Amino acid sequence: MTTQNMTLNLKVWRQDAPGKKGKFVSYIAKDISPDMSFLEMLDIVNADLAGQKEMPVAFDHDCREGICGMCSLVINGKPHGPDEGTTTCQLHMRRFTNGDTIWIEPWRAEAFPVVRDLVVDRSAFDSIIQAGGFVSVNTGGAPDANALPIAKEDADMAFDAATCIGCGACVAACPNASAMLFVGAKVSQLAKLPQGQAERPERALNMITQMDKEGFGACTNHYECTAACPKSIPLRVIGEMNQDYTKSLIFSGR
Amino acid sequence: MARELNSNLPEGPIEQRWDNHRFNIKLVNPANKRKYKVIVVGSGLAGASASATMAELGYQVDCFCFQDSPRRAHSIAAQGGINAAKNYQNDGDSVYRLFYDTVKGGDFRSREDNVYRLAQVSSNIIDQCVAQGVPFARDYGGHLANRSFGGAQVSRTFYARGQTGQQLLLGAYSALSRQIAKGTVNMHTRTEMLDVVVVDGHAKGIISRNLTTGEITQHSADAVVLASGGYGNVFFLSTNAMGSNVTAAFRAYKRGAAMANPCYTQIHPTCIPVSGDHQSKLTLMSESLRNDGRIWVPKKKGDTRKPSDIPESERDYYLERRYPSFGNLVPRDVASRAAKLACDEGFGVGKTGLGVYLDFGHAINRLGEDAISARYGNLFDMYHKITDENPYKTPMRIFPAVHYTMGGLWVDYNLQSNLPGLFVIGEANFSDHGANRLGASALMQGLADGYFVLPYTIGHYLADAQPGSVTTDDSAFRNAAQDTDARLDALLSVDGNKSADWYHRELGKIMWDSCGMARNNTGLKQGIESIQSLRKEFWQNVSVPGSAKEMNVALANAGRVADFLEHGELMCHDALTRAESCGGHFREEYQTDEGEAKRNDEDYCHVSAWFYEGENKTPTMEKEDLKFEYVKPSQRSYK
Ligand SMILES: Cc1cc2nc3c(=O)[nH]c(=O)nc-3n(C[C@H](O)[C@H](O)[C@H](O)COP(=O)(O)OP(=O)(O)OC[C@H]3O[C@@H](n4cnc5c(N)ncnc54)[C@H](O)[C@@H]3O)c2cc1C
Ligand code: FES
Repeated sequence: MTTQNMTLNLKVWRQDAPGKKGKFVSYIAKDISPDMSFLEMLDIVNADLAGQKEMPVAFDHDCREGICGMCSLVINGKPHGPDEGTTTCQLHMRRFTNGDTIWIEPWRAEAFPVVRDLVVDRSAFDSIIQAGGFVSVNTGGAPDANALPIAKEDADMAFDAATCIGCGACVAACPNASAMLFVGAKVSQLAKLPQGQAERPERALNMITQMDKEGFGACTNHYECTAACPKSIPLRVIGEMNQDYTKSLIFSGR
Repeated sequence: MARELNSNLPEGPIEQRWDNHRFNIKLVNPANKRKYKVIVVGSGLAGASASATMAELGYQVDCFCFQDSPRRAHSIAAQGGINAAKNYQNDGDSVYRLFYDTVKGGDFRSREDNVYRLAQVSSNIIDQCVAQGVPFARDYGGHLANRSFGGAQVSRTFYARGQTGQQLLLGAYSALSRQIAKGTVNMHTRTEMLDVVVVDGHAKGIISRNLTTGEITQHSADAVVLASGGYGNVFFLSTNAMGSNVTAAFRAYKRGAAMANPCYTQIHPTCIPVSGDHQSKLTLMSESLRNDGRIWVPKKKGDTRKPSDIPESERDYYLERRYPSFGNLVPRDVASRAAKLACDEGFGVGKTGLGVYLDFGHAINRLGEDAISARYGNLFDMYHKITDENPYKTPMRIFPAVHYTMGGLWVDYNLQSNLPGLFVIGEANFSDHGANRLGASALMQGLADGYFVLPYTIGHYLADAQPGSVTTDDSAFRNAAQDTDARLDALLSVDGNKSADWYHRELGKIMWDSCGMARNNTGLKQGIESIQSLRKEFWQNVSVPGSAKEMNVALANAGRVADFLEHGELMCHDALTRAESCGGHFREEYQTDEGEAKRNDEDYCHVSAWFYEGENKTPTMEKEDLKFEYVKPSQRSYK
């Protein structure tokens, strides 16, 4: 743990546009306080670049509280960096040591093409949700919220799956770039709740079909996804989804 | 453009007004709805719920957000909960009580009719969210759990651990996704609205910039809805997401929409204190923590002992002392000011002296660490990560921070601005919270507007509009697009050497000092001058490299900061003109002997709606008088 301000050697992936050739560029980050977050450290690098009239390093971020899922970054080979259960925006510089070299890359996956520098296109995740990650209920006419008690245990299990922030670290961590943890989280959340039952058979089928279309790989049980997940989504969601998927394959005769 | 502000309030006893109104407004024939196109700027709770619901009704919707997915709107970060008058706890809650608490909490500066409607539809929101699969907290019997929140003496807040906003937004996002899949909503992500297009006095479209390619596009529609969130980031440091901005609302203001009560800002009492100059944002520690945490400072000034070494007898639990009946649960404005006072007088704790303790020691002794962890685990973890201190072992240090803006674009009862065809919902409008918002009421308002109000009221406007009557062939679109190009070029051609962030930070300091938790005549006048000169310097020396035809984060940011630099000045004008204290607006000249906000109902019982008068001209103000027929204005007391 460091308490003094640090100087760090950064190797940052720079790429001007999708499909263009990218490369690592070296920057020195000076006077970095251990209390800074990783993104605040990049802010400092960008302020220096602005002074030199150079393009800042583009990276995605918004809430900086670990909840919106917008920040990404593979840091020294690990999605969201070295700390377990932590997004890049919640990673603090006290985790690093003066003089460290830090490699910073975008998510790497065919389904997440680079847009610029460290920014990738994750719209494939939205397409998967559009394929079935919802309960078909229009506004109005819902019954009283307490009409249907839900066992606390089920509600808690649904909640644990629902905490997925859709950042894509699971895909970035997986050697096959599979999105099974992301898809499983949504399928499992709705499968645990009575509201999700009516569409349960098609949901897994439709979402997995869409996942394949988007170019994500298959799950071959590496378990890197759950290790990289900043919300520690449990692996069980993949098993639960597979059960639903198999059942619906059988019943739909596909 | 109409300068009169007709709030279109319905008649009759307050319980019947919304029903009467819905009966009296015009409807669009179901078969015709698909002919109308509505643009919605924003995909937060307000925008996503409105887009999904209007699409379900049959309208064609085009929805815009600047993030890479609608699921990432700032609403996702809301922690503590959402209010609803369900009275599930049987503790005496009712629609009327929620209405009463909200009007009083807003320090008698909101519209009774809007607030009553909000309280009325609050219950439907919870039903709707549960039907979507939102996993609210439940008790062992499987029923929904509630907690209490500041400013209320009943438990009416529904929550999903400390991630209520996330779960509600994912619910609205799922409804939105369903419509996107059906082709009824056309979603434009990473797209920023840069202007409203006004044709013959009606809002009929927008100009947008694709943040990935830089492409400028003209979009026409039959009506435009802004759901673009609040402008707390004018202070640079706030609990808002980094991208939250005033641009959409401010562009509408420049095109003639009135900005109401821009100076009403909420400073939240429980945030993690600033740790250094590098800081880019402040982190909220949910107000729900005040249910179990006790706030105190040492009785001795400048006491540097560890909190655990300070005995009970030498601690001042100042909220419990000053407000025995509400204690730690006083409303936010009151709690924030009390913390500031304690620190101003030298009792503050931590390295900077700008902090007070929020202590869970007693609660942990009483309930055990597990119970506290079940309630607040994720907040404790977040605090630990940021400060490197373990709140299970040592009290949290907290300090007030900018959190929410009650001010926003002026709207009538139909949520329509004074610019016909332009509707404003969620935090972007001004309507329901008066001068101070109660905890857990923003989520309620965003979803009330989006699910249950706007989808009906917009029909009243559309019923009189010929669908598709305006297209982008109208010269107003070309002109607005040219204005947008010119503005981007102006930013790019400054060619200075300071980042827009640098100016943003400076603006934030000016705003905090002159228009922050305490304001006064001299400070505000100085603030206006400082902002004007900072703005001048910005346009001479900001660095915006690259071009407008590519992904350019510096350019996008500079455009937002440029608008903040004008909006900040408007806020100061508003604060200067309002020579009274009310809610979050505390003018030092106007306080009671006990240091509480002192309203002046004789002269200021009105909404201040500001109109743009042109570049570098002082804006002008119109008043909408507020009537209180049910909750009689009184000096708020939480003693
Ligand atoms: C940390 C935190 C915790 C909170 N906790 C609570 C709580 O517990 N309970 C509660 O009731 N309230 C809470 N609030 C307040 C509440 O979260 C917000 O007021 C509310 O979510 C705002 O919702 P919205 O839909 O109006 O706007 P937002 O969620 O801010 O959405 C704005 C949308 O507009 C889009 N947008 C903005 N400008 C443009 C543009 N120019 N072009 C295109 N798109 C644009 C954005 O992309 C986004 O989609 C909290 C706020 C914060 C900061
Ligand atoms: S910026 Fe929102 S999760 Fe990191």
